[in-house]
Amino acid sequence: MDVLLTVNGQQHRLDLDIRVTLLDALRERLGLTGTKKGCDQGQCGACTVLVGGRRVLSCFILAATVDGEVTTIEGLAGEGDPLHPMQQAFLDCDAFQCGYCTPGQILSAIACVQEGHAESEDEIHEYMSGNLCRCAAYPKIVEAVQRAKPLMQVQAKESD
Amino acid sequence: MRPFSLETADDLAEALRLGAQENAAGAHVRAPMQYLAGGTNLLDLMKLDVMRPERLVNINGLQRQYGMIEADGAGLTLGALARMSAVADDPVVRRDYRVLSDALRLAASQQLRNMASLAGNVLQRTRCNYFRDTSWGACNKREPGSGCAAMEGVNRRLAVLGVSDRCIANYPGDFANALAALGAEVTVLDGAGGTRTLPFEELHRLPGDTPHIETNLKPGELITGFRVPAGPWTRRSLYLKIRDRESFDFALTSAAVALDLGDDGTVREARIGIGGLVAKPWRSHEAEAALRGRRLDEASAAEAAEAAFADAVVHSETAFKPELGRRTLVRALLEAARLTI
Repeated sequence: MDVLLTVNGQQHRLDLDIRVTLLDALRERLGLTGTKKGCDQGQCGACTVLVGGRRVLSCFILAATVDGEVTTIEGLAGEGDPLHPMQQAFLDCDAFQCGYCTPGQILSAIACVQEGHAESEDEIHEYMSGNLCRCAAYPKIVEAVQRAKPLMQVQAKESD
Repeated sequence: MRPFSLETADDLAEALRLGAQENAAGAHVRAPMQYLAGGTNLLDLMKLDVMRPERLVNINGLQRQYGMIEADGAGLTLGALARMSAVADDPVVRRDYRVLSDALRLAASQQLRNMASLAGNVLQRTRCNYFRDTSWGACNKREPGSGCAAMEGVNRRLAVLGVSDRCIANYPGDFANALAALGAEVTVLDGAGGTRTLPFEELHRLPGDTPHIETNLKPGELITGFRVPAGPWTRRSLYLKIRDRESFDFALTSAAVALDLGDDGTVREARIGIGGLVAKPWRSHEAEAALRGRRLDEASAAEAAEAAFADAVVHSETAFKPELGRRTLVRALLEAARLTI
């Protein structure tokens, strides 16, 4: 099946089996391996990407039905550009150990702030609960979200 | 995943025409045609080889028409394709129909809530391991007549109300219990373009002798929305969910409660739904009747909870559940009575 995908601002035309998920199309066909396959069952959040600015699980979307522009971890900052404030905050706060869940955590955290669901520590816990971290870096992930939030808000104001 | 064909319906007539080509008897778990909305349950079960549709009809193009969240004096209208997160966060739903917002917010994760449609959420299938794992031969829901491995197996998370000797699978959702409690109606379109409305309580069936037929939808029928009647109880309402994990987990027990209280704390009207440990979305008319006209306190709440679980049937690992369910309901009622509205 002929499928048109816009990923990180670039259009791709792919000939895909109808069964291919967005996750597999990103990793196996576009070489964007930053998006991780954890459980492939919607239970871990490692495959989180943004579609049309909303966080979704790419393991549960058929590539042929994607409606909107896809943003993956590779699309947050161009080569040579400064990192996205959330990426920088994860580094600064040491918010990971093995790093496997991190791309999904970062995309989810960006959406969490943009949705307005990062108003308190409790709310961050609740609204980041779809992203599991087997290394249990949770306290530092919460710290990173809190650190990035005002920086994202400044950036959003500047681009207005 | 097995091969299937994918068709896209951009309008309702097309969706119904494509859906009407369905000719299996009843809304069987393994019906050959499935409508695709959020896909969070369907694609999961297709990957697990539990569901094996030959045709998918993608109805996401209908979201503009059937994604509404509209409240007026008579009630709340929710489109079948409204996303769970949108309804959970809607300020009017949060204020005037809190139990609906709570039930949605406490379900799944934000990623899944962004994807899942209301109708898909309502129709989600049990999490019973013996249903989801096809290496088990015995599952009457998946393979009619094959038996039930859960009866003597790992059944801690399964149902104690509404079960039969063929199936003890629990209905895993939350939102549906709140819809049942509030006496909602479902609007359904058939293949010929006709509309029918049925009480939400009659959408799902008890397992009985045919646990593989889960709803009263006919082949090719499409849910277009839900209507929740207004009432003086919808504001004083909440959803309490008890889970093994603090978040992002299915309920062990849950209670959807809505109360209309007199100035002296007398219950004029109570609406009560029970979840986590029932075979289908559940409204406890018995618990409501036990409270009507009584002052709401711990004693009357406990009597209502007794009434709600009077018919509980436990299996090897579920003996603890009726008591946990009763306590969940008592706490939910007492917390609802204390709400400032």
